[in-house]
Amino acid sequence: MALAGFSCLAAALAFCLYGIGASLYGARSGRREYVASGRRAVYALAGTLAVAMAILQAAFVRSDFSFELVATHSSSTTPLFYRLTAVWSSQEGSLLLWVLLLALWSSAILFLTRRKLREVAPYATAVLLGFGAFFCVLLVFLESPFTTLAAPPVEGAGLNPLLRHPSMMIHPPMLYSGYTLFAIPFAFAVGALVTRRLGAEWIRATRPFTLAAWLLLGMGVMLGARWSYMELGWGGYWAWDPVENASLMPWLTGTAFLHSVMIQEKRGMLKVWNVSLVLATGVLAILGTFLVRSGILESIHAFGASTLGIPFLVLIIVMIAGSIALVASRSESLRSEHRLDSLLSREAAFLVNNLVLVALCFVVFWGTFFPLISEALTGEEASVGPPWFNRYITPLALVLVLLSGIGPLIAWRRATTANLRRNFALPGGAAVLMLAVLVIAGVTGSVAALLMFAFATFTLAAVGQELWRGVRARRAMSRDSVPAALVALVRRNRRRYGGYTVHVGIAVLFVGVAASSAFQAQRLVELRPGQTERIGGYAITYERPTSRLVAASNGRLERIDLGARLRVLRGDGPPQTLETYKSYFPSTSPGLGPVSRFFEGEATTEVALRAGLRRDLWTAVAPDIGRLLPRIEEGDKVFSEATELSDEDRGALLAQALRGLSRSYTDSPPPATFRLIASPLVTWIWLGGLIVLAGAAIALWPAGARARQPATAAGLARVARELERA
Amino acid sequence: MLVVVAVAVLVISAPLRSGRWAGQEPAGVAERADLEAARDAKYAEIRDAEMDFRTGKLSEPDWRALDRQLRREAVGLLHQIDEVP
Repeated sequence: MALAGFSCLAAALAFCLYGIGASLYGARSGRREYVASGRRAVYALAGTLAVAMAILQAAFVRSDFSFELVATHSSSTTPLFYRLTAVWSSQEGSLLLWVLLLALWSSAILFLTRRKLREVAPYATAVLLGFGAFFCVLLVFLESPFTTLAAPPVEGAGLNPLLRHPSMMIHPPMLYSGYTLFAIPFAFAVGALVTRRLGAEWIRATRPFTLAAWLLLGMGVMLGARWSYMELGWGGYWAWDPVENASLMPWLTGTAFLHSVMIQEKRGMLKVWNVSLVLATGVLAILGTFLVRSGILESIHAFGASTLGIPFLVLIIVMIAGSIALVASRSESLRSEHRLDSLLSREAAFLVNNLVLVALCFVVFWGTFFPLISEALTGEEASVGPPWFNRYITPLALVLVLLSGIGPLIAWRRATTANLRRNFALPGGAAVLMLAVLVIAGVTGSVAALLMFAFATFTLAAVGQELWRGVRARRAMSRDSVPAALVALVRRNRRRYGGYTVHVGIAVLFVGVAASSAFQAQRLVELRPGQTERIGGYAITYERPTSRLVAASNGRLERIDLGARLRVLRGDGPPQTLETYKSYFPSTSPGLGPVSRFFEGEATTEVALRAGLRRDLWTAVAPDIGRLLPRIEEGDKVFSEATELSDEDRGALLAQALRGLSRSYTDSPPPATFRLIASPLVTWIWLGGLIVLAGAAIALWPAGARARQPATAAGLARVARELERA
Repeated sequence: MLVVVAVAVLVISAPLRSGRWAGQEPAGVAERADLEAARDAKYAEIRDAEMDFRTGKLSEPDWRALDRQLRREAVGLLHQIDEVP
C-alpha cells in the first residue's frame, strides 16, 4: 500500500507538469481543447491526492507501523479520532494535506469558471498547478509520507500529547484551507495581469473564494488561540509566537483586500493597490507555511530544522519577483479610472482602514522576522516579546475598531457634514456615556482598555443604528413586521449586513482582549491540601490531591494523571468544584526504565476552567513529583533485576507498581504549585469570533435565483427611460 | 492504483479526443464578460446609493444627483456591451 501511495504522488506530479504545459499552450494558441485538458489535470490531481490521503489515513487507523509516519506519530493507544487527524501532525502529512486542499479548491473554482474568464483562467490554472507541482516535488523527493520501515516496531511513539485537543486537530485543516484558498485570488490576479484583463470579472469570480479563505484562516487563528488557552498551561491565548503571527499576516492583508476591492468594483480605483495586496497575501500564505516547515524560527510549532527551507525560500523569491515584475509591466492597464470624490466618504474611510491593516501586518512582520534579521546582521539573536508587539499593535487596534464603526455611518462617494453630525450623534453619545459610566465606576486602570470599550460601544451603536434605520426604511416600503423586515433587509444586502455583523464581532472580540489583558489577576502559589488562596474575588481551596491510571481502548496503559480537586467560592454563591491535573505519557526511549519512562516523556496540563460571560477563573496544577523519585528509581531497579518474569507477569507487576505510586501521591501529597488566573470577559473573545464567523457566512451566502437573473431587456430600457426623464 | 491513473488519463485526454472543445474562442467574449461584471457592479452601486439615502446617510438632493450620475454611467456600460461583437 505504501508503494501505491507513493505512486499516487508521482502521478500527481506528472499531472501537474502536464497541466501547466497544456494550459499555457492552450492559452497561447487559442486551442480550447488544451485549456480544458489542463483544467481536467487539476481535477485528476485532486482525485489522485485524495487516494493518496485515503491510503495514509487507512494506515493510521489500522496502526500499520510499517509506515514510518504511523510509527512516529501514532500508537495503538491513540484514540481513533486522533489517529485520523494525526496524519497532519507530521511534516509529511501536513504537506500532503496542504496540496490536497489546494487541488480541491482549485478544482472548485476552475469548474465554476469553466465558461467564464476564458483568457485569464488558463494562466490561473498554470499558477495553481505550479504550486501543486512544487508541493508534489517535496513529497516525492524530500519528505515522502510513504516511507516504510524494514523492521516495524511493535508499538508506535504516539501523538504528541499537546496535540490531543479537538481544536488542535481541526486547526491545521482550517489554516491550510485559508492558505490554499488565498492561492486562488493570487493565481487569478497573475492571470489577469498577464492577459491585461484587469476589469471586474476576475474579482467577482474569485470573491467567494477570497472570503472563504479569510473566514477559514480566521477560524484557524481562533482555534489556535483557544487551544493555547486550554492546553498550553500558561493561561494566555496569544503569545505573538512566530507561527501565530505567520497565520495572522495574510489574514490582515486579506482583510484589507476585501475592503479596498469594493472601491475598485465601484469606482475603478486602487487597481495597483489591490493587485499588490492580493499578491502579497498569496506570498504571506506561503511564507506562513515556510515558517512552520523550515524551523527557521524557534516556536512550539516548529518541526525542527528540515530540508525544506531552501526550496520554500526559492518559491517565495520567485513569487515576489514575479509579482513585482508583473505589476510594474502592467502599470498602464492599472491606472485608476476615477479619483477620490471627497475625504468625507466611505472610500476614504476604507483607505484609512487599509493603511491601518497594512501597518498592523508590517508590525507583526517586523517583530516576527527581527530576530532572524538581527542574527544575520550582527551574529547575535535578539528576541521580541509581547510587550514590544503590544506597544505598537494596541493603538492600531484602537483605530481599527473605531473605523469599524465609522465606515457604516458614511455614504459612498461623498457625505456632507450635516449628515455626518446626524449619523454620528447617537453612536458618539453612546461612546461618551460608556466612558463616563466606566470612569465613575472606577474602571480606570488602563487608558487603552477604556478607549477600546468606548470605541467598541461606538461601533455597536453605529451598527445598531444602521440596522434600525434599514428596518424602518424596509417597513415603510413593504409593511413587513420588524423581524420579517430585518430578514428581508439582510437577504437583499448580504455583503453590507454580513460586513456589519463582522464589525460587531470584531468590536466584541477586542473588548474581550482589552478587558482580559488590562484587568487580569494572576498568581503562582504553592498550596498544601486544606489551604486557601484568594484572587479576583474568588476563594480557592485545595481540597485534596487526585490520581488515576488511564487505559486506552485496547487495555494498555496510556497515561498517569496527577492533579488536584479545588473548591471555589465567590461571595455568597454556592461552592463549585474544579479539577485540574497533569497527564504523564510514557516515553518510548529505549534506555529508560519501565516506571520512570512515564515521567520522562511528554506531559500535558489539563486546565480547570470556570468560564462565564463576565469572568473566567483559570487554574492549572504542577504536581511536585520529586517526592516520588525514590519510589520510581526503586521500581526501575526491581524490574531490571526481575529478568525471569514473562511479559504478562511484567505487565501485571508494572500496573501494581504504578497503582502504588499514584496511591502514595494521594496518601501523602507534597505541596503543589498552582497557577491561578482571574480574567474578565475572556468569553467575549470566543463570542466575538463566532459573530465574525456568522457575519462572513451571511456575506458568503449565495444570492437567490431571482437576484442572479441577468437584467432583462425591459429592465435595461427602464434604466435608460428613467435617466431621460430625470 | 493503475485504475486510478488510467481513469485520470482518460479524464484529462477527453477534450483532446472529443471535438467539442475544438476551435478558437469567439472574439469579444472576454470583453463582454468584463463589461457585464462592471454593469452588475454599477447596479449594485445604484442600490447602495438608495440604501444610503433611506438610512439617512445622504440627503434627497444628493441622492437624486448621485442616482442620475450612476444611471448615466450604467447606460454608458450598456451601450459598450451593445457595441461588442
